Amino acid sequence: MSDVALALRQVKYENRSFWRNPASAFFTFVFPIMFMIIFNLIFGNSKYSPFGSNATVSQFYTPALMAFSIITACYTNIAMGVVFARENGILKRMRGTPLPPWVYLAARIAVSVMVTVLLVVIIGVFGRVFYHVKLPGVRTLPALVVALVVGAATFCAIGLAMTSFVPNVDAAPAVVNATIFPLLFISDVFIPIQGNGVLTHIAAIFPVKHLSNAVIAAYNPHTVGTGFKGKDLAIMGAWGAAALIMALRRFRWEPRAQS
Amino acid sequence: MTTAIDVKGLRKSYGSLEAVRSVDLEIAAGEVFALLGPNGAGKTTIVEILEGYRRRDAGTVSVLGFDPARRERALKQRIGIVLQSTGVEQFLTVAEVIEMYRGYYPAPRPLDEIIDVVGLNEKRDDRVKTLSGGQQRRLDVAIGLAGDPELLFLDEPTTGFDPGARRRMWDAVKNLVSLGKTIFLTTHYMDEAQELANRVAVISAGRIVAEGPPRSIAGREMSHTIVRFRLPERARALPRSLKSSVPATDGRVQIEAADPVKVLHELTGWALEKGVTLEELEVARPTLEDVYLKLTAGEAEAAE
Repeated sequence: MSDVALALRQVKYENRSFWRNPASAFFTFVFPIMFMIIFNLIFGNSKYSPFGSNATVSQFYTPALMAFSIITACYTNIAMGVVFARENGILKRMRGTPLPPWVYLAARIAVSVMVTVLLVVIIGVFGRVFYHVKLPGVRTLPALVVALVVGAATFCAIGLAMTSFVPNVDAAPAVVNATIFPLLFISDVFIPIQGNGVLTHIAAIFPVKHLSNAVIAAYNPHTVGTGFKGKDLAIMGAWGAAALIMALRRFRWEPRAQS
Repeated sequence: MTTAIDVKGLRKSYGSLEAVRSVDLEIAAGEVFALLGPNGAGKTTIVEILEGYRRRDAGTVSVLGFDPARRERALKQRIGIVLQSTGVEQFLTVAEVIEMYRGYYPAPRPLDEIIDVVGLNEKRDDRVKTLSGGQQRRLDVAIGLAGDPELLFLDEPTTGFDPGARRRMWDAVKNLVSLGKTIFLTTHYMDEAQELANRVAVISAGRIVAEGPPRSIAGREMSHTIVRFRLPERARALPRSLKSSVPATDGRVQIEAADPVKVLHELTGWALEKGVTLEELEVARPTLEDVYLKLTAGEAEAAE
Protein backbone atom coordinates (compact mmCIF):
# COMPACT_ATOMS: atom_id res chain seq x y z
CA MET A 1 0.00 0.00 0.00
CA SER A 2 1.31 3.44 -0.80
CA ASP A 3 1.77 5.92 2.02
CA VAL A 4 -1.13 8.01 0.74
CA ALA A 5 -3.42 4.98 0.71
CA LEU A 6 -2.20 4.18 4.22
CA ALA A 7 -3.04 7.72 5.30
CA LEU A 8 -6.55 7.51 3.88
CA ARG A 9 -7.06 4.20 5.61
CA GLN A 10 -5.81 5.69 8.87
CA VAL A 11 -8.26 8.59 8.48
CA LYS A 12 -11.08 6.04 8.47
CA TYR A 13 -9.99 4.63 11.84
CA GLU A 14 -9.23 7.99 13.43
CA ASN A 15 -12.59 9.29 12.28
CA ARG A 16 -14.35 6.29 13.82
CA SER A 17 -12.47 6.78 17.09
CA PHE A 18 -13.38 10.46 17.15
CA TRP A 19 -17.12 10.01 16.79
CA ARG A 20 -17.31 7.09 19.20
CA ASN A 21 -15.56 9.05 21.95
CA PRO A 22 -18.33 10.95 23.74
CA ALA A 23 -15.91 13.47 25.24
CA SER A 24 -14.32 14.50 21.96
CA ALA A 25 -17.58 14.40 20.04
CA PHE A 26 -19.30 16.55 22.66
CA PHE A 27 -16.65 19.13 23.44
CA THR A 28 -15.52 19.50 19.86
CA PHE A 29 -18.75 19.16 17.98
CA VAL A 30 -21.62 20.10 20.27
CA PHE A 31 -19.91 23.05 21.96
CA PRO A 32 -19.92 25.49 19.03
CA ILE A 33 -23.54 24.70 18.19
CA MET A 34 -24.52 25.06 21.83
CA PHE A 35 -22.79 28.45 22.07
CA MET A 36 -24.53 29.52 18.87
CA ILE A 37 -27.90 28.85 20.48
CA ILE A 38 -26.98 30.36 23.86
CA PHE A 39 -25.49 33.59 22.52
CA ASN A 40 -28.39 34.13 20.17
CA LEU A 41 -30.86 33.52 22.99
CA ILE A 42 -29.07 35.97 25.26
CA PHE A 43 -28.28 38.72 22.77
CA GLY A 44 -30.66 37.96 19.88
CA ASN A 45 -33.34 40.45 20.83
CA SER A 46 -31.08 43.30 21.83
CA LYS A 47 -30.87 46.32 19.59
CA TYR A 48 -27.11 46.24 20.00
CA SER A 49 -25.17 45.26 16.91
CA PRO A 50 -21.43 44.88 16.73
CA PHE A 51 -21.53 45.89 13.06
CA GLY A 52 -23.44 49.14 13.63
CA SER A 53 -26.65 49.86 11.80
CA ASN A 54 -28.64 47.46 9.66
CA ALA A 55 -27.13 44.35 11.19
CA THR A 56 -28.07 41.82 13.89
CA VAL A 57 -26.08 40.18 16.65
CA SER A 58 -26.48 36.89 14.81
CA GLN A 59 -24.53 38.34 11.92
CA PHE A 60 -21.61 38.61 14.31
CA TYR A 61 -22.01 35.26 16.08
CA THR A 62 -22.32 33.17 12.95
CA PRO A 63 -18.75 33.87 11.71
CA ALA A 64 -17.39 34.26 15.27
CA LEU A 65 -18.50 30.74 16.10
CA MET A 66 -17.09 29.48 12.81
CA ALA A 67 -13.76 30.76 14.14
CA PHE A 68 -14.48 29.01 17.44
CA SER A 69 -15.17 25.78 15.52
CA ILE A 70 -11.69 25.90 14.05
CA ILE A 71 -10.18 26.40 17.48
CA THR A 72 -12.09 23.60 19.15
CA ALA A 73 -11.78 21.09 16.29
CA CYS A 74 -8.15 21.83 15.47
CA TYR A 75 -6.38 23.27 18.48
CA THR A 76 -8.25 21.73 21.43
CA ASN A 77 -9.00 18.41 19.79
CA ILE A 78 -5.47 17.83 18.51
CA ALA A 79 -3.68 19.04 21.64
CA MET A 80 -5.82 16.89 23.94
CA GLY A 81 -6.03 13.87 21.64
CA VAL A 82 -2.32 13.71 20.86
CA VAL A 83 -1.32 14.16 24.51
CA PHE A 84 -3.70 11.34 25.42
CA ALA A 85 -2.32 9.10 22.67
CA ARG A 86 1.25 9.92 23.69
CA GLU A 87 0.82 9.38 27.43
CA ASN A 88 -1.06 6.13 26.88
CA GLY A 89 1.74 4.82 24.69
CA ILE A 90 -0.34 4.74 21.50
CA LEU A 91 2.19 6.94 19.70
CA LYS A 92 5.05 4.78 20.95
CA ARG A 93 3.30 1.64 19.75
CA MET A 94 2.66 3.24 16.35
CA ARG A 95 6.35 4.10 16.08
CA GLY A 96 7.21 0.42 16.46
CA THR A 97 5.19 -0.45 13.35
CA PRO A 98 6.17 0.21 9.72
CA LEU A 99 3.58 3.01 9.55
CA PRO A 100 5.47 6.26 8.88
CA PRO A 101 4.86 8.53 11.90
CA TRP A 102 3.77 11.44 9.71
CA VAL A 103 0.93 9.33 8.31
CA TYR A 104 -0.54 8.91 11.76
CA LEU A 105 -0.37 12.63 12.54
CA ALA A 106 -1.65 13.57 9.09
CA ALA A 107 -4.68 11.34 9.61
CA ARG A 108 -5.48 12.98 12.94
CA ILE A 109 -5.15 16.42 11.33
CA ALA A 110 -7.36 15.34 8.43
CA VAL A 111 -10.09 14.27 10.85
CA SER A 112 -9.85 17.63 12.64
CA VAL A 113 -10.18 19.47 9.33
CA MET A 114 -13.16 17.34 8.30
CA VAL A 115 -14.88 18.10 11.60
CA THR A 116 -14.11 21.81 11.11
CA VAL A 117 -15.65 21.83 7.65
CA LEU A 118 -18.74 20.08 8.95
CA LEU A 119 -19.08 22.53 11.83
CA VAL A 120 -18.61 25.58 9.63
CA VAL A 121 -21.31 24.37 7.26
CA ILE A 122 -23.68 23.55 10.13
CA ILE A 123 -23.15 26.96 11.73
CA GLY A 124 -23.57 28.75 8.41
CA VAL A 125 -26.82 26.90 7.69
CA PHE A 126 -28.00 27.30 11.28
CA GLY A 127 -27.47 31.06 11.10
CA ARG A 128 -29.23 31.27 7.75
CA VAL A 129 -32.23 29.14 8.73
CA PHE A 130 -32.87 30.26 12.31
CA TYR A 131 -31.40 33.74 12.46
CA HIS A 132 -31.75 34.91 8.85
CA VAL A 133 -28.01 35.54 8.51
CA LYS A 134 -27.25 35.74 4.82
CA LEU A 135 -24.44 33.50 3.62
CA PRO A 136 -21.50 35.42 2.17
CA GLY A 137 -21.94 36.17 -1.53
CA VAL A 138 -19.45 35.41 -4.28
CA ARG A 139 -17.73 38.69 -3.49
CA THR A 140 -16.51 37.74 0.01
CA LEU A 141 -16.80 33.95 -0.12
CA PRO A 142 -13.18 33.42 -1.31
CA ALA A 143 -11.93 35.52 1.61
CA LEU A 144 -13.97 33.38 4.02
CA VAL A 145 -12.59 30.15 2.58
CA VAL A 146 -9.00 31.43 2.72
CA ALA A 147 -9.46 32.63 6.31
CA LEU A 148 -10.83 29.21 7.32
CA VAL A 149 -8.02 27.32 5.57
CA VAL A 150 -5.21 29.46 7.04
CA GLY A 151 -6.94 29.31 10.41
CA ALA A 152 -7.28 25.52 10.37
CA ALA A 153 -3.63 25.05 9.36
CA THR A 154 -2.44 27.49 12.02
CA PHE A 155 -4.44 26.05 14.87
CA CYS A 156 -3.55 22.46 13.97
CA ALA A 157 0.12 23.44 14.13
CA ILE A 158 -0.38 25.26 17.44
CA GLY A 159 -2.20 22.21 18.82
CA LEU A 160 0.72 19.94 17.89
CA ALA A 161 3.25 22.38 19.35
CA MET A 162 1.21 22.69 22.55
CA THR A 163 1.46 18.93 23.21
CA SER A 164 5.12 19.41 24.09
CA PHE A 165 4.15 21.79 26.91
CA VAL A 166 1.64 19.38 28.45
CA PRO A 167 3.41 16.96 30.81
CA ASN A 168 0.59 14.42 31.27
CA VAL A 169 -3.04 13.59 30.63
CA ASP A 170 -4.23 15.13 33.90
CA ALA A 171 -2.71 18.47 32.98
CA ALA A 172 -4.07 18.48 29.43
CA PRO A 173 -7.52 20.05 29.94
CA ALA A 174 -6.09 22.68 32.29
CA VAL A 175 -3.23 23.71 30.03
CA VAL A 176 -5.20 23.57 26.80
CA ASN A 177 -8.26 25.43 28.11
CA ALA A 178 -6.36 27.95 30.22
CA THR A 179 -4.36 29.03 27.19
CA ILE A 180 -7.33 29.44 24.88
CA PHE A 181 -10.35 30.57 26.93
CA PRO A 182 -9.09 34.01 27.97
CA LEU A 183 -8.26 34.68 24.34
CA LEU A 184 -11.71 33.58 23.21
CA PHE A 185 -13.22 36.21 25.51
CA ILE A 186 -10.99 39.10 24.42
CA SER A 187 -10.69 38.25 20.74
CA ASP A 188 -14.17 38.94 19.33
CA VAL A 189 -15.24 35.32 19.53
CA PHE A 190 -17.55 35.03 22.53
CA ILE A 191 -18.06 38.76 23.02
CA PRO A 192 -17.77 41.49 20.40
CA ILE A 193 -15.18 43.92 21.77
CA GLN A 194 -15.73 47.57 21.02
CA GLY A 195 -13.20 50.35 21.18
CA ASN A 196 -9.47 50.28 21.50
CA GLY A 197 -8.78 49.32 25.11
CA VAL A 198 -5.86 47.44 26.61
CA LEU A 199 -7.54 44.07 25.99
CA THR A 200 -7.70 44.78 22.29
CA HIS A 201 -3.97 45.43 22.26
CA ILE A 202 -3.25 42.24 24.17
CA ALA A 203 -5.55 40.25 21.91
CA ALA A 204 -3.76 41.66 18.84
CA ILE A 205 -0.59 39.82 19.86
CA PHE A 206 -2.25 36.40 19.66
CA PRO A 207 -3.64 34.52 16.66
CA VAL A 208 -7.26 34.10 17.84
CA LYS A 209 -8.10 37.76 17.26
CA HIS A 210 -6.69 37.63 13.74
CA LEU A 211 -8.65 34.49 12.95
CA SER A 212 -11.91 36.06 14.08
CA ASN A 213 -11.09 39.31 12.24
CA ALA A 214 -10.46 37.47 8.99
CA VAL A 215 -13.52 35.23 9.25
CA ILE A 216 -15.91 37.93 10.45
CA ALA A 217 -14.92 40.34 7.67
CA ALA A 218 -16.57 38.09 5.10
CA TYR A 219 -19.86 38.27 7.03
CA ASN A 220 -19.79 41.97 7.88
CA PRO A 221 -22.38 43.74 5.72
CA HIS A 222 -20.19 46.86 5.77
CA THR A 223 -17.17 45.11 4.29
CA VAL A 224 -16.08 46.80 1.14
CA GLY A 225 -14.39 44.80 -1.61
CA THR A 226 -13.40 41.14 -1.34
CA GLY A 227 -12.96 41.09 2.44
CA PHE A 228 -9.42 39.70 2.38
CA LYS A 229 -7.63 40.62 5.61
CA GLY A 230 -4.01 40.38 4.50
CA LYS A 231 -2.46 41.60 7.73
CA ASP A 232 -4.54 39.26 9.91
CA LEU A 233 -3.78 36.32 7.65
CA ALA A 234 -0.07 37.14 7.73
CA ILE A 235 0.11 37.38 11.54
CA MET A 236 -1.93 34.19 11.94
CA GLY A 237 0.26 32.41 9.37
CA ALA A 238 3.39 33.53 11.24
CA TRP A 239 2.03 31.96 14.41
CA GLY A 240 1.29 28.80 12.46
CA ALA A 241 4.78 28.65 10.98
CA ALA A 242 6.42 29.28 14.37
CA ALA A 243 4.23 26.59 15.94
CA LEU A 244 5.13 24.12 13.21
CA ILE A 245 8.86 24.70 13.76
CA MET A 246 8.38 24.28 17.48
CA ALA A 247 6.35 21.09 16.98
CA LEU A 248 9.06 19.65 14.72
CA ARG A 249 11.75 20.43 17.28
CA ARG A 250 9.99 19.52 20.50
CA PHE A 251 7.46 16.82 19.62
CA ARG A 252 7.66 13.73 21.83
CA TRP A 253 6.42 10.27 20.81
CA GLU A 254 6.87 8.57 24.14
CA PRO A 255 5.22 9.11 27.49
CA ARG A 256 7.22 10.94 30.11
CA ALA A 257 9.79 8.41 31.32
CA GLN A 258 8.38 6.02 33.87
CA SER A 259 10.35 5.38 37.06
CA MET B 1 21.12 -22.23 12.56
CA THR B 2 20.54 -18.61 11.68
CA THR B 3 21.02 -15.90 14.25
CA ALA B 4 18.04 -13.66 14.95
CA ILE B 5 19.66 -11.33 17.47
CA ASP B 6 23.34 -10.72 18.00
CA VAL B 7 24.53 -8.31 20.67
CA LYS B 8 28.15 -7.66 21.58
CA GLY B 9 29.55 -5.34 24.23
CA LEU B 10 26.29 -3.43 24.66
CA ARG B 11 26.48 -0.48 27.05
CA LYS B 12 24.00 2.18 28.05
CA SER B 13 24.11 4.80 30.78
CA TYR B 14 21.57 7.34 31.96
CA GLY B 15 23.66 10.12 33.42
CA SER B 16 25.91 8.50 35.99
CA LEU B 17 23.76 5.36 36.20
CA GLU B 18 25.15 2.47 34.15
CA ALA B 19 21.96 0.63 33.19
CA VAL B 20 23.65 -1.89 30.86
CA ARG B 21 27.31 -2.83 31.37
CA SER B 22 28.78 -4.76 28.48
CA VAL B 23 26.13 -7.31 27.62
CA ASP B 24 26.58 -10.05 24.99
CA LEU B 25 23.62 -12.03 23.68
CA GLU B 26 23.08 -14.38 20.80
CA ILE B 27 19.63 -15.69 20.02
CA ALA B 28 18.99 -18.21 17.28
CA ALA B 29 15.98 -18.12 14.98
CA GLY B 30 13.11 -20.11 16.46
CA GLU B 31 14.39 -19.82 19.99
CA VAL B 32 12.30 -18.64 22.93
CA PHE B 33 14.70 -16.57 24.96
CA ALA B 34 13.90 -15.06 28.34
CA LEU B 35 15.79 -12.17 29.86
CA LEU B 36 15.14 -12.53 33.54
CA GLY B 37 15.86 -10.06 36.28
CA PRO B 38 14.40 -7.88 38.99
CA ASN B 39 12.95 -4.43 38.29
CA GLY B 40 15.64 -1.94 37.36
CA ALA B 41 18.16 -4.58 36.30
CA GLY B 42 18.29 -3.24 32.74
CA LYS B 43 15.82 -5.57 30.98
CA THR B 44 13.66 -2.89 29.43
CA THR B 45 16.67 -0.82 28.42
CA ILE B 46 18.08 -3.80 26.51
CA VAL B 47 14.80 -4.76 24.86
CA GLU B 48 14.07 -1.15 23.86
CA ILE B 49 17.52 -0.86 22.29
CA LEU B 50 16.77 -4.01 20.29
CA GLU B 51 13.39 -2.58 19.26
CA GLY B 52 14.95 0.69 18.13
CA TYR B 53 13.37 2.96 20.76
CA ARG B 54 16.59 3.74 22.60
CA ARG B 55 20.11 4.39 21.40
CA ARG B 56 23.07 2.47 22.74
CA ASP B 57 26.24 4.09 24.04
CA ALA B 58 28.56 1.34 22.80
CA GLY B 59 28.60 -2.13 21.31
CA THR B 60 27.18 -3.76 18.20
CA VAL B 61 23.57 -4.82 17.81
CA SER B 62 22.10 -6.83 14.97
CA VAL B 63 18.40 -7.72 14.79
CA LEU B 64 17.54 -9.90 11.77
CA GLY B 65 20.68 -8.44 10.19
CA PHE B 66 19.63 -4.81 10.77
CA ASP B 67 20.93 -2.20 13.16
CA PRO B 68 17.72 -1.29 15.04
CA ALA B 69 19.01 2.21 15.89
CA ARG B 70 18.46 3.14 12.23
CA ARG B 71 14.72 2.49 12.63
CA GLU B 72 14.39 1.09 9.12
CA ARG B 73 10.95 0.27 7.84
CA ALA B 74 12.23 -3.02 6.38
CA LEU B 75 13.10 -4.18 9.89
CA LYS B 76 9.85 -2.98 11.45
CA GLN B 77 7.95 -5.01 8.87
CA ARG B 78 9.53 -8.19 10.20
CA ILE B 79 9.31 -7.71 13.95
CA GLY B 80 6.43 -7.46 16.40
CA ILE B 81 6.71 -5.39 19.56
CA VAL B 82 4.69 -5.87 22.72
CA LEU B 83 5.71 -3.04 25.01
CA GLN B 84 5.16 -2.77 28.72
CA SER B 85 1.76 -1.32 29.56
CA THR B 86 0.74 0.59 26.46
CA GLY B 87 -2.71 1.87 25.63
CA VAL B 88 -4.77 1.09 22.57
CA GLU B 89 -7.42 3.09 20.75
CA GLN B 90 -10.19 2.76 23.35
CA PHE B 91 -13.20 3.20 21.13
CA LEU B 92 -12.42 0.68 18.41
CA THR B 93 -13.39 -2.98 18.71
CA VAL B 94 -10.86 -5.76 19.16
CA ALA B 95 -11.25 -6.82 15.53
CA GLU B 96 -11.02 -3.23 14.25
CA VAL B 97 -7.82 -2.51 16.17
CA ILE B 98 -6.10 -5.67 14.93
CA GLU B 99 -7.33 -4.97 11.40
CA MET B 100 -5.96 -1.41 11.59
CA TYR B 101 -2.51 -2.65 12.60
CA ARG B 102 -2.60 -5.45 10.02
CA GLY B 103 -2.85 -2.78 7.36
CA TYR B 104 0.63 -1.45 8.17
CA TYR B 105 2.39 -4.65 7.13
CA PRO B 106 3.09 -6.12 3.69
CA ALA B 107 2.14 -9.70 4.62
CA PRO B 108 -0.12 -9.64 7.67
CA ARG B 109 -1.38 -12.72 9.47
CA PRO B 110 -5.07 -13.51 8.91
CA LEU B 111 -7.30 -11.69 11.41
CA ASP B 112 -9.19 -14.77 12.60
CA GLU B 113 -5.97 -16.65 13.23
CA ILE B 114 -4.59 -13.82 15.35
CA ILE B 115 -7.76 -13.59 17.45
CA ASP B 116 -7.66 -17.36 17.85
CA VAL B 117 -4.03 -17.49 18.98
CA VAL B 118 -4.61 -14.97 21.77
CA GLY B 119 -8.00 -16.40 22.69
CA LEU B 120 -10.10 -13.27 22.26
CA ASN B 121 -12.81 -14.82 20.07
CA GLU B 122 -15.60 -13.94 22.47
CA LYS B 123 -14.44 -10.34 22.71
CA ARG B 124 -13.92 -9.87 19.00
CA ASP B 125 -16.62 -7.23 18.48
CA ASP B 126 -16.35 -5.56 21.86
CA ARG B 127 -14.76 -2.18 22.29
CA VAL B 128 -11.27 -2.15 23.74
CA LYS B 129 -12.31 -0.13 26.79
CA THR B 130 -14.57 -2.96 27.96
CA LEU B 131 -11.69 -5.47 28.15
CA SER B 132 -10.14 -6.62 31.43
CA GLY B 133 -6.46 -6.01 32.12
CA GLY B 134 -5.52 -9.52 31.06
CA GLN B 135 -7.59 -9.29 27.88
CA GLN B 136 -6.01 -5.94 26.99
CA ARG B 137 -2.59 -7.49 27.42
CA ARG B 138 -3.54 -10.34 25.09
CA LEU B 139 -4.76 -7.73 22.64
CA ASP B 140 -1.28 -6.19 22.90
CA VAL B 141 0.13 -9.55 21.86
CA ALA B 142 -2.43 -9.76 19.05
CA ILE B 143 -1.28 -6.36 17.75
CA GLY B 144 2.33 -7.53 17.99
CA LEU B 145 1.37 -10.47 15.79
CA ALA B 146 -0.55 -8.42 13.23
CA GLY B 147 2.31 -8.30 10.73
CA ASP B 148 3.10 -12.02 11.11
CA PRO B 149 6.56 -11.17 12.47
CA GLU B 150 9.54 -13.52 12.43
CA LEU B 151 10.63 -12.10 15.77
CA LEU B 152 8.39 -11.03 18.60
CA PHE B 153 9.45 -8.95 21.60
CA LEU B 154 7.39 -9.48 24.75
CA ASP B 155 8.26 -7.07 27.53
CA GLU B 156 6.89 -8.36 30.84
CA PRO B 157 3.69 -9.80 29.38
CA THR B 158 2.09 -10.89 32.67
CA THR B 159 3.17 -8.31 35.25
CA GLY B 160 0.29 -7.64 37.63
CA PHE B 161 -1.84 -10.58 36.47
CA ASP B 162 -3.90 -12.93 38.59
CA PRO B 163 -2.95 -16.62 38.21
CA GLY B 164 -5.77 -17.40 35.77
CA ALA B 165 -4.89 -14.52 33.47
CA ARG B 166 -1.22 -15.54 33.56
CA ARG B 167 -2.11 -19.06 32.57
CA ARG B 168 -4.14 -17.80 29.60
CA MET B 169 -1.30 -15.51 28.50
CA TRP B 170 1.14 -18.41 28.74
CA ASP B 171 -1.16 -20.49 26.57
CA ALA B 172 -1.18 -17.67 24.02
CA VAL B 173 2.63 -17.49 24.04
CA LYS B 174 2.91 -21.27 23.69
CA ASN B 175 0.68 -21.02 20.64
CA LEU B 176 3.20 -18.58 19.17
CA VAL B 177 6.02 -20.99 19.87
CA SER B 178 4.17 -23.65 17.93
CA LEU B 179 4.07 -21.20 15.00
CA GLY B 180 7.87 -21.21 14.99
CA LYS B 181 8.36 -17.58 15.98
CA THR B 182 11.52 -16.34 17.62
CA ILE B 183 10.50 -14.81 20.92
CA PHE B 184 12.47 -12.42 23.09
CA LEU B 185 10.76 -12.35 26.45
CA THR B 186 11.59 -10.22 29.46
CA THR B 187 10.15 -11.10 32.82
CA HIS B 188 10.85 -10.90 36.50
CA TYR B 189 9.00 -14.12 37.18
CA MET B 190 11.17 -17.19 37.44
CA ASP B 191 8.30 -19.59 36.80
CA GLU B 192 7.34 -17.69 33.65
CA ALA B 193 10.82 -18.12 32.19
CA GLN B 194 10.83 -21.76 33.24
CA GLU B 195 7.44 -22.36 31.66
CA LEU B 196 8.00 -20.60 28.35
CA ALA B 197 11.66 -20.24 27.48
CA ASN B 198 14.16 -22.73 26.17
CA ARG B 199 17.01 -20.44 27.17
CA VAL B 200 17.28 -17.94 29.99
CA ALA B 201 19.74 -15.18 30.81
CA VAL B 202 19.63 -13.73 34.30
CA ILE B 203 20.49 -10.05 34.44
CA SER B 204 21.43 -8.18 37.56
CA ALA B 205 22.57 -4.56 37.78
CA GLY B 206 23.11 -4.36 34.03
CA ARG B 207 25.18 -7.54 33.71
CA ILE B 208 24.31 -11.07 32.60
CA VAL B 209 25.10 -13.20 35.66
CA ALA B 210 23.93 -16.59 34.37
CA GLU B 211 22.79 -18.02 31.08
CA GLY B 212 21.54 -21.37 29.83
CA PRO B 213 18.49 -23.63 29.55
CA PRO B 214 16.18 -23.08 32.56
CA ARG B 215 16.86 -26.54 34.03
CA SER B 216 20.63 -26.30 33.93
CA ILE B 217 21.06 -22.63 34.63
CA ALA B 218 23.91 -22.20 37.04
CA GLY B 219 24.18 -25.99 37.01
CA ARG B 220 26.50 -26.47 39.97
CA GLU B 221 24.21 -24.60 42.31
CA MET B 222 21.23 -26.60 41.16
CA SER B 223 23.07 -29.82 41.95
CA HIS B 224 23.37 -28.83 45.60
CA THR B 225 20.80 -30.02 48.08
CA ILE B 226 19.46 -27.71 50.72
CA VAL B 227 18.88 -28.89 54.28
CA ARG B 228 16.77 -26.57 56.42
CA PHE B 229 15.77 -26.84 60.07
CA ARG B 230 15.03 -24.72 63.11
CA LEU B 231 17.36 -24.86 66.12
CA PRO B 232 15.82 -24.45 69.56
CA GLU B 233 16.92 -21.16 71.13
CA ARG B 234 19.01 -22.71 73.88
CA ALA B 235 20.63 -25.36 71.67
CA ARG B 236 24.40 -25.60 71.51
CA ALA B 237 26.30 -24.32 68.53
CA LEU B 238 26.47 -26.59 65.51
CA PRO B 239 29.62 -28.66 65.03
CA ARG B 240 32.26 -27.03 62.86
CA SER B 241 31.76 -29.45 59.95
CA LEU B 242 28.23 -28.04 59.53
CA LYS B 243 29.34 -24.42 59.75
CA SER B 244 28.70 -23.63 56.09
CA SER B 245 25.15 -22.96 57.15
CA VAL B 246 23.40 -19.65 56.50
CA PRO B 247 20.11 -18.51 58.03
CA ALA B 248 17.15 -18.93 55.68
CA THR B 249 14.73 -16.04 55.26
CA ASP B 250 12.28 -17.56 57.74
CA GLY B 251 14.89 -17.80 60.52
CA ARG B 252 15.71 -21.43 59.94
CA VAL B 253 19.25 -22.69 59.45
CA GLN B 254 20.01 -23.56 55.87
CA ILE B 255 22.87 -25.80 54.75
CA GLU B 256 23.87 -26.23 51.13
CA ALA B 257 25.21 -29.70 50.70
CA ALA B 258 27.04 -31.18 47.75
CA ASP B 259 26.80 -34.55 49.51
CA PRO B 260 23.51 -34.52 51.45
CA VAL B 261 23.85 -38.08 52.80
CA LYS B 262 27.03 -37.19 54.65
CA VAL B 263 25.67 -33.91 55.95
CA LEU B 264 22.43 -35.47 57.18
CA HIS B 265 24.33 -38.27 58.87
CA GLU B 266 26.48 -35.78 60.75
CA LEU B 267 23.59 -33.53 61.58
CA THR B 268 21.21 -36.16 62.87
CA GLY B 269 24.05 -37.92 64.73
CA TRP B 270 24.89 -34.66 66.45
CA ALA B 271 21.26 -33.95 67.28
CA LEU B 272 20.63 -37.41 68.77
CA GLU B 273 23.81 -37.28 70.80
CA LYS B 274 23.07 -33.83 72.24
CA GLY B 275 19.34 -34.36 72.54
CA VAL B 276 18.50 -31.45 70.22
CA THR B 277 15.20 -31.47 68.34
CA LEU B 278 15.54 -30.30 64.75
CA GLU B 279 12.17 -28.68 64.17
CA GLU B 280 10.81 -28.33 60.66
CA LEU B 281 13.64 -30.40 59.22
CA GLU B 282 13.44 -30.37 55.45
CA VAL B 283 15.64 -31.66 52.65
CA ALA B 284 15.04 -30.09 49.24
CA ARG B 285 16.55 -29.51 45.83
CA PRO B 286 16.93 -25.78 45.18
CA THR B 287 14.31 -24.35 42.87
CA LEU B 288 15.21 -22.06 40.02
CA GLU B 289 13.71 -19.37 42.19
CA ASP B 290 16.39 -20.00 44.86
CA VAL B 291 19.14 -19.75 42.26
CA TYR B 292 17.62 -16.60 40.83
CA LEU B 293 17.34 -14.97 44.23
CA LYS B 294 20.94 -15.87 44.97
CA LEU B 295 22.19 -14.56 41.63
CA THR B 296 20.37 -11.27 41.99
CA ALA B 297 20.81 -10.90 45.75
CA GLY B 298 23.60 -8.32 45.57
CA GLU B 299 21.46 -5.93 43.62
CA ALA B 300 18.40 -6.35 45.82
CA GLU B 301 20.47 -5.48 48.90
CA ALA B 302 22.02 -2.50 47.18
CA ALA B 303 18.57 -1.25 46.19
CA GLU B 304 17.12 -1.51 49.68
